[in-house]
Amino acid sequence: MLVLGIESSCDETGVALYEMGSDGTGTLLGHALHSQIAMHREYGGVVPELASRDHIRRTVPLLRQALADCGRTLEQVDAIAYTQGPGLAGALLVGAAFAEGLATALGKPTVPLHHLEGHLLSPLLSASPPRFPFVALLVSGGHTQIMRVSGVGQYELLGETLDDAAGEAFDKTAKLLGLGYPGGPALARLAEGGKPGAVVFPRPMLHSGDLDFSFSGLKTAVLTYVRGKELDEQARADVCRGIQDAIVDVLVTKALAAVKKTGMQQLVVAGGVGANRELRRRLNAKAVKARIQVYYPELEFCTDNGAMIALAGALRLAAGAQAKAAGPIAIRPRWPLSELTL
Amino acid sequence: MNLLALETATDQGSVALWRDGVLLSRECPAGEQSSLTLLPLVRAMMAEAGLAMADLDGIAFGAGPGAFTGLRVACGVAQGLAVALDRPVLPVVTLEAMAYADGSPQVAVYLDARMNEVYCGAYRRVGEVLELQGAITVCPPAEAPLPAAGDWAVCGNGVPAYPALSQRLAAWPLGGQRVPTAAAVARLAAPRLARGEGLDPALAAPLYIRDKVALTVAERLAQGGKA
Repeated sequence: MLVLGIESSCDETGVALYEMGSDGTGTLLGHALHSQIAMHREYGGVVPELASRDHIRRTVPLLRQALADCGRTLEQVDAIAYTQGPGLAGALLVGAAFAEGLATALGKPTVPLHHLEGHLLSPLLSASPPRFPFVALLVSGGHTQIMRVSGVGQYELLGETLDDAAGEAFDKTAKLLGLGYPGGPALARLAEGGKPGAVVFPRPMLHSGDLDFSFSGLKTAVLTYVRGKELDEQARADVCRGIQDAIVDVLVTKALAAVKKTGMQQLVVAGGVGANRELRRRLNAKAVKARIQVYYPELEFCTDNGAMIALAGALRLAAGAQAKAAGPIAIRPRWPLSELTL
Repeated sequence: MNLLALETATDQGSVALWRDGVLLSRECPAGEQSSLTLLPLVRAMMAEAGLAMADLDGIAFGAGPGAFTGLRVACGVAQGLAVALDRPVLPVVTLEAMAYADGSPQVAVYLDARMNEVYCGAYRRVGEVLELQGAITVCPPAEAPLPAAGDWAVCGNGVPAYPALSQRLAAWPLGGQRVPTAAAVARLAAPRLARGEGLDPALAAPLYIRDKVALTVAERLAQGGKA
């Protein structure tokens, strides 16, 4: 079974082909991705209208590239999966309109998907994937959630951010330090030269006893600290280090608390912040002590991509989910993951 | 020759099928999002005509100007259909489709652009072709260009929407074409398809006209704002 996946929920356009064998083993055959980061940088953040305008320019060339990479044709595709939500309405609509048009002409069904399901399942694209059940820490610019993943379509929210996402906290504090947009990765690079403990910021909700997060206060703490100060290179690195340690500390503590609470042995870290080296270093160190296994998606699948959508579509169909007849275009910009069933 | 046309630039969407000069067309139900009903209507219309999707020779769509998301739904669906069928795409300017449907030799079109602006375009019929006079613009109703000297008809929902415009246009006859239709898009696209003027779907794009949608960081700073 060959599934085409299309992702267009925010500022990345992704198209991929995933083949599920009759024995239940799958292969990612081809994938193509275009990131709009360079375009939005000039504006200091994602401009939804510009994101939509770019998606519609990119989709056809990316589809052709993905097909050419694996030598398949559209006639061989059995179903078309695409991100139905959550995300930017205009951006979602481009992928949905294209996918439904494509499927209608091919006479094939569609699989409209929840974006976060793609992220949750993305570590299964790795050479040594985790097995169900596992705990997932989903951390990106738009999301910070801890989920129990019992199987395809079986997700339980254990905790989430009450305000800003972890990636948002990275980007917003980076902006305060004049690191541009998106400044998170630049902040993480600078932090590598910072002295641990030189600057200490509060760890919000570290001891709240639940698995929820709050990162919006960090902006104020950083702003208060840097206001009126002339920071030299080292001092800036120290501030970055302080910010990163505060965010990572909370993420690591809560993720491990979730693993302990559920009695599971596997932790999956997905989303763009999952690429953060300090987060990985700290989690890996703790995992050894706690005797658990931590899994990360390949770096190229940490950000939004079409491969995770093609994968999630294939896994859903293999698990017995019904594909939808092609035609109606309906997106879900707001869509709680808890409403998801198989 | 069989041509499908999609038009969702306004909240009154429609689809049309052109078969060697015979036209079928359907309106998306009012009050519903065109995106829900667009493709099911296409299928029903094709079935009624006894045609399979593979019988289509080209896909036309109303490219704009109009509501941004509507333009992208028509463009995205047209691209999807055309890529799957390996057929060309024909973008048609919405204002030209309205001028064509109006039928007068000279028509000034005013389509409501929301945000207290109108899209304006003036067309003159030369033989079978409509020639755009000057450029398509988007501007406040009080600044919209008036028809040049001579006999002109005016049309479009931008006229009744703004008293500032309807008062200035009171001297010209207002036609019944409020919004673009897929039928007019099909009629304009059919001869172009026959002449081989269809595009590769990768090159099909909406025509937004309103292109300044956000300020860059540099522009915000220059205006005394925040980064």
